[in-house]
Amino acid sequence: MDIRVLRYIRYASIGLIALLVFASLAVGLGWLQSGQRQSATLSGDGPKIAAFNLIDQKNTQVSEKDIVGKPAVLFFGFGYCPDVCPTTLADLTGWLGRLGSDADRLGVFFVTVDPERDTPDELAKYLSSFDSRIRGLTGAPDQIAALGKSLGVYYAKVQTGNGSYTMDHTSSMFLLDAQGRIVGTIPYGENKDEALAKLRQLAAL
Amino acid sequence: MRTSGKGTASAFVVALAAASLGACSREYSAGTITVVEPWSRATAEGVAVGAAYMVIKNNGVAAINLVGGATPIAEAVEVHTMTMEGDVTRMRPVTDGLLIPPGGSIEFKPGANHLMLVGLKKRLSEGENVPLTLAFEPAASVDVEVAVKAAGGAHGH
Repeated sequence: MDIRVLRYIRYASIGLIALLVFASLAVGLGWLQSGQRQSATLSGDGPKIAAFNLIDQKNTQVSEKDIVGKPAVLFFGFGYCPDVCPTTLADLTGWLGRLGSDADRLGVFFVTVDPERDTPDELAKYLSSFDSRIRGLTGAPDQIAALGKSLGVYYAKVQTGNGSYTMDHTSSMFLLDAQGRIVGTIPYGENKDEALAKLRQLAAL
Repeated sequence: MRTSGKGTASAFVVALAAASLGACSREYSAGTITVVEPWSRATAEGVAVGAAYMVIKNNGVAAINLVGGATPIAEAVEVHTMTMEGDVTRMRPVTDGLLIPPGGSIEFKPGANHLMLVGLKKRLSEGENVPLTLAFEPAASVDVEVAVKAAGGAHGH
């Protein structure tokens, strides 16, 4: 056999072995476990949810004890928000649908930063367009503040004239493990695959 | 393709009509202003606010100012800007209108500028078209039909 052909075979073999070694390493490290898990990395070093007492859109009492125990998605918004909040709720509704039965392993909470206007009835109306697993939380301002503060949420009331007001607020979703610690976030406008990967990973915690 | 001049012209007209039907089926124009694809997300019964999205083009040689609008289904229409600072969202009504330079356009879309429908008198139902009149300075108005899409629907990201 021609020496050049032998050399090509040798190079090809080395290349193949290198590829196999890389692929098994990658599989071992979980990089290739799922195409959608490649970049989602949740880790449990974040702050922990504080104690609070609120009510949901059905007037049921909800405390931090109802959030811990299984992984949860929490985000903050308000019913008088025509854009970012319904967009987030619409995204989340789509994602929960795509997750299928995995979604049932998650607690999903929308916490109002505007309890003045968001009574349980208002929240019930507002949330009725979206996935029924999303629980709306409202109640005493100091309880919402305690919950928000523990997760590093910012919100503020801003007068817009004519006695009307709006709320500035943190738009990210917080991902909590079953101990109530932040293990990640989904920023507003996150692409669908990345968000789904994070939620799947969260549901598997 | 070999055709007579007349044939080419009519083929061109047909192609133009097809393109306008296919690409931008919903455009509303008045004077030098064109509004493209106005839409809104459906709301549940009893919800007080909604938002309308669209692209507004200024085809003229002078700047125009979008100052507001009106619709029979809401008490007021406010032009809002939305900014994201870090991950904090800040929504503000514009007080002096939103300027569109000559030859320019502005896009209203989720997570950005939007027209807020304040005090909805009825729910926005998927599939319906809601009349909306946009008001500009110097004095001009454009009547559009806002197409209502599913509340939980995807919006492209």
